[in-house]
Amino acid sequence: MSDNRLLLDVRDLTVRFPTADGVVQAVSNVSFTLSRGETLGVVGESGSGKSVSNLAIMGLLNRARTQITGDVEFKGRNLLTLDPDDLRKIRGKEIAMVFQDPFACLHPMYRVGAQIAEAVTAHENVPKERAWGRAVELLDRVGIPNAPSRARDYPHQFSGGMRQRAMIAMALVHNPDILICDEPTTALDVTVQAQILELIEDVKREFDIGVILVTHDLGVVAETATSVMVMYAGRVMEYGPAAQVFAQPQHPYAWGLLDSMPTIEHRLDALVPIEGSPPSLLAPPAGCPFHPRCPYRFAPCPTDLPPLTAPVPEAHLDACHLPWDKKVALGKERGTKAAAA
Amino acid sequence: MSTNGSSENLLELEHLTKRFAVKQGVFARGTSQVHAVEDVTLTVRRGETLGIVGESGCGKSTTARLMLRLLDPTAGTIRFDGHDISTLSQRQLRPLRREMQMIFQDPYASLNPRKTVGQIIGAPFQIHGVKGAKTRVQELLETVGLSPEHYNRYPHEFSGGQRQRIGVARALALSPKLIVCDEPVSALDVSIQAQVLNLLRSLQKEFNLTYVFISHDLSVIRQIADRIAVMYLGHVVELGDGESIYEHPKHPYTAALLSAVPRAGTARRERIVLTGDVPSPIYPPSACVFHPRCPRFHRGTCDVDPPELRQLAPTQMARCHFPLERWPMPYSEIRQAEGAELAQPSVEGAHHEV
Repeated sequence: MSDNRLLLDVRDLTVRFPTADGVVQAVSNVSFTLSRGETLGVVGESGSGKSVSNLAIMGLLNRARTQITGDVEFKGRNLLTLDPDDLRKIRGKEIAMVFQDPFACLHPMYRVGAQIAEAVTAHENVPKERAWGRAVELLDRVGIPNAPSRARDYPHQFSGGMRQRAMIAMALVHNPDILICDEPTTALDVTVQAQILELIEDVKREFDIGVILVTHDLGVVAETATSVMVMYAGRVMEYGPAAQVFAQPQHPYAWGLLDSMPTIEHRLDALVPIEGSPPSLLAPPAGCPFHPRCPYRFAPCPTDLPPLTAPVPEAHLDACHLPWDKKVALGKERGTKAAAA
Repeated sequence: MSTNGSSENLLELEHLTKRFAVKQGVFARGTSQVHAVEDVTLTVRRGETLGIVGESGCGKSTTARLMLRLLDPTAGTIRFDGHDISTLSQRQLRPLRREMQMIFQDPYASLNPRKTVGQIIGAPFQIHGVKGAKTRVQELLETVGLSPEHYNRYPHEFSGGQRQRIGVARALALSPKLIVCDEPVSALDVSIQAQVLNLLRSLQKEFNLTYVFISHDLSVIRQIADRIAVMYLGHVVELGDGESIYEHPKHPYTAALLSAVPRAGTARRERIVLTGDVPSPIYPPSACVFHPRCPRFHRGTCDVDPPELRQLAPTQMARCHFPLERWPMPYSEIRQAEGAELAQPSVEGAHHEV
């Protein structure tokens, strides 16, 4: 991973929402990098801060009502301190976003092609016909059959999968460097999901961009991501290359998440849930945020916050107090259990 | 009409069909029909879990609502516990209603925010005039893993998983024979999903319940269902026990569904990518409804001759002229059904070696 491939360097990103009930600690000290050709899978349950961190990066949070600290360095510039006009030039142009609900993101009264053409003219001073042409070309690229005539359709004439394709087309209008996909397939059926994930992968290769894929579905991450960040209660619990995180997960939360996932391979006698429920971000527990639900907690967990570090040089990053040999032993135990089942 | 308490089947659906009229055209002058459920024949055995799986719009929820007579069928019969309930009036149905309950998808929308948990779970007792409700409600709260002290709390004080437990307690209240679960864990996070699935399973053992479990999630269905019906555009395209369906799918649609599920931690399989979208149920394709998207489409057969649901293995039926001979099967072989001249135009991007 050479440095000129590096697109995004996020350090200590922290997001706080002051509310009447107290301060919501939505994201705490999140650090990661994204390079060209990389798909970073951000996984976590609802309220883990995975969407908020991306909204913060995109500058889509109201700065007057949010406290954001840290650095988000994109091609040498800190997005968090950029003034709104400069940020607007980057957003939608160099960093584009695809959201979960493709129906809510398209205006129901405008033709799909016109909405994509509008995205073209938002950043480029081109005649309308050229913008329309670009819209048709992109709709064709993302696999909309008969694009010249379908561009004249309204969103309700598109199926869910086609709408999500149109959203991806819109995101690609200005050849962005980064594509942030927030739960891009959650609203779609499984056969359509497969099509969209393949499209995102194709687009990433063709345009040599970096993709951030936010999802709660570990299966989706396992199939598409090159690196994985596991979040819980606004913090990064584990972060490393995808193959390594899935082959040898290091954090008890990651184990819990993987074990509680219903498998399609065989029927289990009982599923293994994580007991309890995620903490309130108004008053997250002291120490490790996962300790109240962690079956392996010991002395330091309720008081000391574990740093995100590599326990041994060959391991990837995790935020857990357990000594390395203990993690290896527990990991092996998990592996044999899974093999037995 | 007689109660056949000893029959193996609690619920029998025969040639069940439901069509909805929709207004179409300028000033809504024309009427057409949504073919929501077409000729569904299914049985649910006592004590089992029948899983119904399919994509959005396949008719799985409509089938569930028909089973409970929350909708009136257009044609066909529904026999519940020996009674033909397909034409009973709502008044005649009422005594049977306590035998059949439902658990809904959205634990936020399905609980009245202005009622306490005690009132919500106690409502079935009130409706059916059962006395001593409070102690029963508190027992039920314990049964589903909540605390009896939660009796006077309101739904907003609970998390999604806990709310779904309240929904389960309400369904259990009158000791029903059948519980229809419509996507009961789809709105829950994965760690909580497992808790609720385990709860449903243990309750089934404890109270000898029969479940009809509806989900779009093939992994969840695998974990909970004994037998599975796969639906597509209102039709049951494949029906069988879990092991057969997941290990040896016969219908190309089932195979495509299975191959599309993203998997964590296992070797990837070749994916059968279906092109296009599910056709409109207002104008369903001729003969086999899957033929426009089917990798085994055979012109002159599949688009002319509607296939019947036929027995292909001791515990497995499929509605297909050219069922898969084995599984997994490379895409190139799927395209070459024995004796079939495949006429579908070459499908771009449908074949991926991953």
